[in-house]
Amino acid sequence: MATEPTTTPQTLTSELALQMYEQMRRIRSFEERVNDLYRSAKMPGLAHLYIGEEAVAVGVCSALHRDDYITSTHRGHGHCLAKGASIERMFCELLGKEAGYCHGKGGSMHIADHEHGNLGANAIVGGSTGIATGAAFSAKSRRTGQVAVCFFGEGALGQGVLYEVMNMASLWQLPVIYVCEQNFYNEYTHYSETTAGEVAARPAAFGIPEEEVDGQDVRAVFDAACRAVERARSGGGPAFLTCATYRFHGHHVGDIDRGYYRSKDEEEQWRRRDPVEILAAWLVDRGIADRSKLERVDENLAAEIAAAADAALEAPYPDPREVNEHVYA
Amino acid sequence: MAELTLVEAINDAFHTELGRDESVLVMGEDVGRAGGVFRATAGLRDKFGADRCVDTPLAEAGILGAAVGLCMAGWRPVCEMQYDAFSYPCLDQLITHVGRYRWRTRGGMGFPLVVRMPYGGGVRAPELHDDSPEAYYAHTPGVKVAIPSTPADAKGLLAAAIRDPDPVIVLEPKLHYRTMRGEVPAGEHVVPLGEARLAREGDDATIVAYGSMVPVAERAAEALEGEASIEVLDIRTLKPLDEGALLASAGKTGRVVIVQEAPRTAGYGAELAAILAEKAMLDLRAPVIRVTGYDVPYPYWQIEDAYMPSVERVVAAVRKTLEF
Repeated sequence: MATEPTTTPQTLTSELALQMYEQMRRIRSFEERVNDLYRSAKMPGLAHLYIGEEAVAVGVCSALHRDDYITSTHRGHGHCLAKGASIERMFCELLGKEAGYCHGKGGSMHIADHEHGNLGANAIVGGSTGIATGAAFSAKSRRTGQVAVCFFGEGALGQGVLYEVMNMASLWQLPVIYVCEQNFYNEYTHYSETTAGEVAARPAAFGIPEEEVDGQDVRAVFDAACRAVERARSGGGPAFLTCATYRFHGHHVGDIDRGYYRSKDEEEQWRRRDPVEILAAWLVDRGIADRSKLERVDENLAAEIAAAADAALEAPYPDPREVNEHVYA
Repeated sequence: MAELTLVEAINDAFHTELGRDESVLVMGEDVGRAGGVFRATAGLRDKFGADRCVDTPLAEAGILGAAVGLCMAGWRPVCEMQYDAFSYPCLDQLITHVGRYRWRTRGGMGFPLVVRMPYGGGVRAPELHDDSPEAYYAHTPGVKVAIPSTPADAKGLLAAAIRDPDPVIVLEPKLHYRTMRGEVPAGEHVVPLGEARLAREGDDATIVAYGSMVPVAERAAEALEGEASIEVLDIRTLKPLDEGALLASAGKTGRVVIVQEAPRTAGYGAELAAILAEKAMLDLRAPVIRVTGYDVPYPYWQIEDAYMPSVERVVAAVRKTLEF
């Protein structure tokens, strides 16, 4: 079962570190299976893999309560799982099955899981920024103590609506944390070719505190997220985290020949900074787990993923009548 | 009953609806302290607080984007777009989120939001302050569209929109904000969405109109008095459409003229004409005629009268159907 964060831990306990390892591993294994399903033509549509960026979703979501909000992106599997989504319902949604989070009608890029505060992934880059900000407005107005986390990639820095809502968030001191996953590529173009000035200058312009984080180190992400969440929850307003990370795969599952926009050498260097391995090494080094214990975690997950994928493959598609239903109340 | 102007009736609806449901909030540019550029939201901030009558930055996409998040958190936001054409940046959020989530989540996420705006010309305003954008909205799945033509309907349709579980776009004829007065029921007053209003009964031809074209249609009917008996159907809700009322009137008179202020091509009038072609063919005694604006940007004030469908153009169209 997916772990469900229930409290905001201020310090990283051994137990939580192990949970983070398991959650990152779950996302990794889930997506490896997604990649297989896509490449064996069992999964139509499109999937954008999060592999390599797992520490960002897991580090941030580990600092959240179950009823805190998140909004996600087209590269959203990691966010959804880290916020508590079940892998079987995720597989179902990606395969277009009736038991999926959106009854098979949303697919990879539109998973919404209200039960866990996930207000939805979105195929439009920057598309969810308004939603997260509105949810934060509600939390502040009703004094619920919730916070909202808005995940987006650095490609969203090109979208105007992001700046409209960052302005509102700062103006009204809303409890929203903008998490910029800086993976250096706007789809197939290096961000330096699309982005003028400095990333940090953007939140600074609105008076939003910004922090730059090593997005491959889940402990660093968690610490920074805890600081931002704590401040937002106590009325200190929004924050902006820039997490430097890297997508190990292409822009989407079919993006295999990437030589024209990034080098094998660069990919190799980033793969040496695998977030799952970085945490595993730390757990071993600190004596929290040995390699065989971590291998058992991996094996259990492999069985869990296989069972969930098999069940999803067997599950029924939605009735064609769904085309016409639920448009209006 | 009190006699109110159209914009006073809207303000009355707001005071009533914010008073009866504390999940309703109003947001928009200058809506709070200033009470709205047309005074539609006057007094709300003082009465219900700045959290329920929110002055926003000039940021239409951000306003509607935030309203979507507010809906997900259980609010019923009413967003004011200051002018018709200012709403175009928010179309993005409307198309990409509002019309889709409910379908995708099988009703798990609902969007009881309202976007309202003054629309249309005739007030000698500059360009981008006089558009009739109803077709963009009516074309978006998952969205309802209402356009009142009287003060009583302006109150009743806005109340219905606020109470509706689905997103509703309300376009208000700004030409008549202050030029039209009428009896408006006091207190709670709801005009159900999806019900047309027979503005005038007649036997020989029907003029179908909505919003600011309803008075034009009524004046055309008056001008034809003695010559022919003209029915005027104010459809009030473009989506969902009261198809029954449209077909009943077409069946009765056999002749239909549709009046629309918006540009002609793929306008809402074309949808009405298509429905008549599909379902009323054997009742019709003449081709359906559209009287519309032209396929041009809305013209500047000194030449706008040449654009706007006039009583004369409508009368000529009706005569054409009568003489067919």
